[in-house]
Amino acid sequence: MTRYEYGGDEFIFVELAEAMSLETNFKAMAITKALREKKVSGILDICPSNASYMIRFNPDLIHPDDLISKLKELEQDVTLENFEITARAVDVPILFEDPWTHEALMRFRDRHQDPTSTDIEYVAHTNGFQSKEDLIKSITDAPYLVSMIGFVPGLPWCYQMVPNEKQIEAPKYVRPRTYTPERAFGFGGSFAVIYPVQGAGGYQLFGTAAAPIFEKEQRLHDFKESMTFPRQGDVFRYRSISMEEYEDIRKQVENGEFRYLTKDITFKPKDVLENPNAFSESVIRRLYA
Amino acid sequence: MIKVINPGLQTTIQDYGRIGFYEVGMPPSGAMDKYSYRASNLLVGNDENAAVLEITYMGPVLEFQQDVTVAIAGGEIPPKINDQYVPMWETLEVKAGDVLSFDFVKQGARVYLAVAGGIEVPLIMESRSTYTLCGIGGFEGRPLQAEDHLKIGNANQSKIAIGTRISDELIPVFSKTNEIRVVVGLCSYRLTEESKKRFFSIDWTVTTEANRVGYRFKGERLNFVEREQPFGAGSNPSNVVDLGYPIGSIQVPDGVEPIALLNDAVTGGGYATICTIISTDLDKMAQIKTNEKVRFVAVDINEALEARKLYKDKINQMKKQVLGQIGGINHG
Repeated sequence: MTRYEYGGDEFIFVELAEAMSLETNFKAMAITKALREKKVSGILDICPSNASYMIRFNPDLIHPDDLISKLKELEQDVTLENFEITARAVDVPILFEDPWTHEALMRFRDRHQDPTSTDIEYVAHTNGFQSKEDLIKSITDAPYLVSMIGFVPGLPWCYQMVPNEKQIEAPKYVRPRTYTPERAFGFGGSFAVIYPVQGAGGYQLFGTAAAPIFEKEQRLHDFKESMTFPRQGDVFRYRSISMEEYEDIRKQVENGEFRYLTKDITFKPKDVLENPNAFSESVIRRLYA
Repeated sequence: MIKVINPGLQTTIQDYGRIGFYEVGMPPSGAMDKYSYRASNLLVGNDENAAVLEITYMGPVLEFQQDVTVAIAGGEIPPKINDQYVPMWETLEVKAGDVLSFDFVKQGARVYLAVAGGIEVPLIMESRSTYTLCGIGGFEGRPLQAEDHLKIGNANQSKIAIGTRISDELIPVFSKTNEIRVVVGLCSYRLTEESKKRFFSIDWTVTTEANRVGYRFKGERLNFVEREQPFGAGSNPSNVVDLGYPIGSIQVPDGVEPIALLNDAVTGGGYATICTIISTDLDKMAQIKTNEKVRFVAVDINEALEARKLYKDKINQMKKQVLGQIGGINHG
């Protein structure tokens, strides 16, 4: 049952479901896209999230209850039947078990569920994998939907496009770390994330992304239009790389030449929901074709 | 130009805020006490979004290198020009060579210094506000440092006579015990009924973690309704599937120490939010210091909108007082 809630006098928060699912996320995307197209006056921000969405508005221009009525109508009208998403498939190189996140996670063992193992060993174990290599294989085998952006500028919450029984789940730290290195690749709940900048964080740390997802100087090609790279609806394929490739990418980033490997894609959520495996395979084929 | 001799504890350049980028995770930043911010800009005839200095707890020492009109409004951090006390909430004149400094904070936490023309720094995503976490906006994305030189812009619309004052009844009074009004909602269904009651019946103490990102409070542990955690939320009962956080929303990670998220806060995350500070009371929140007390008061949406209306009326009165003196100015 959808909950419509006031967030003070300037926000409406709409929780479509308490649990995460691809279907709920697609629905949030469809509703917020339709709302954007309506260009309702008084709306300042439309923030689609994982299983919910949030609107910031100016109540001097639109009464919150009128806005809620509009949102309820939209919820009735919007279906996933013909909804299409145009986005990018992106190759995202990750150095798993890198020295920098390792150093960070070892510093905060006292805040972790299992102080005697590393984050990746712990999550491999709790998800029933034989080894951490199996966990890495599972993460890199199928792509992820960028289901929400936020926390800090550009952080992508990514939800794997696999059947429910194949989803990986991880608890967050017992108490959040006060330090997470820039570009750390983390996992919490059912989400993979990349931390855009150094800061606090509570997700399990598995590795480091070689390329930035936030670049305030906007030097790199992928950041010319925006300081933040990820967009909701993008499909990220996390690829495990060696230290050699990592260092090579870092050089390309430093001399301003790095560009993400991307392909434009259009897909129907309906097709993804009907056969996530087939969709994942087709994205990976297209990305590396 | 204004030369920074001593930056104070944390002095940043702020305007009305970076509005409209919440979707990519960009918080608004901007002046935390908008009422005082507006007053300072009004008193120097600036447009409503001009950049000012937000001064926290301990004021800076600034040397003016040109003649300019200034105004100081907000928490009581008494200003001095060339070591002589000068009034707050009033249009002041400074001359090239004058030094502005501040005495110890008496009431409140933040004070705003506006100069006619506004502080000139590049617009980043339509705003001059400093967001230190990502190092963007303001002066090189950081709080001021000694030896910084600030340029004065041309964001002024009208000339205000020296000595123009905001009348006393429009000047807020800051206190060490505060009522902050909130609208209950968001994921408040996660708290037990007992904990919801307790949240509103105790005095919360502001901890040392009280800054532009948010305020953390000490009081007592709150409890969540027991449930099997929904898929994707994480295992702690205070966890939800990561969602958007309204500005002013309050969350209670693990049931310990509520956190109110403010101008530079994270825009989303995985903790259940239980209520939101109403927009008018965010100004009040910004003037509260570590160890001061806060009592949260639940209001409904209509009361929140009514408070908003009264607030706007006050701002309009303030405008009339200041701009009325120059014979009716164009904006309302």
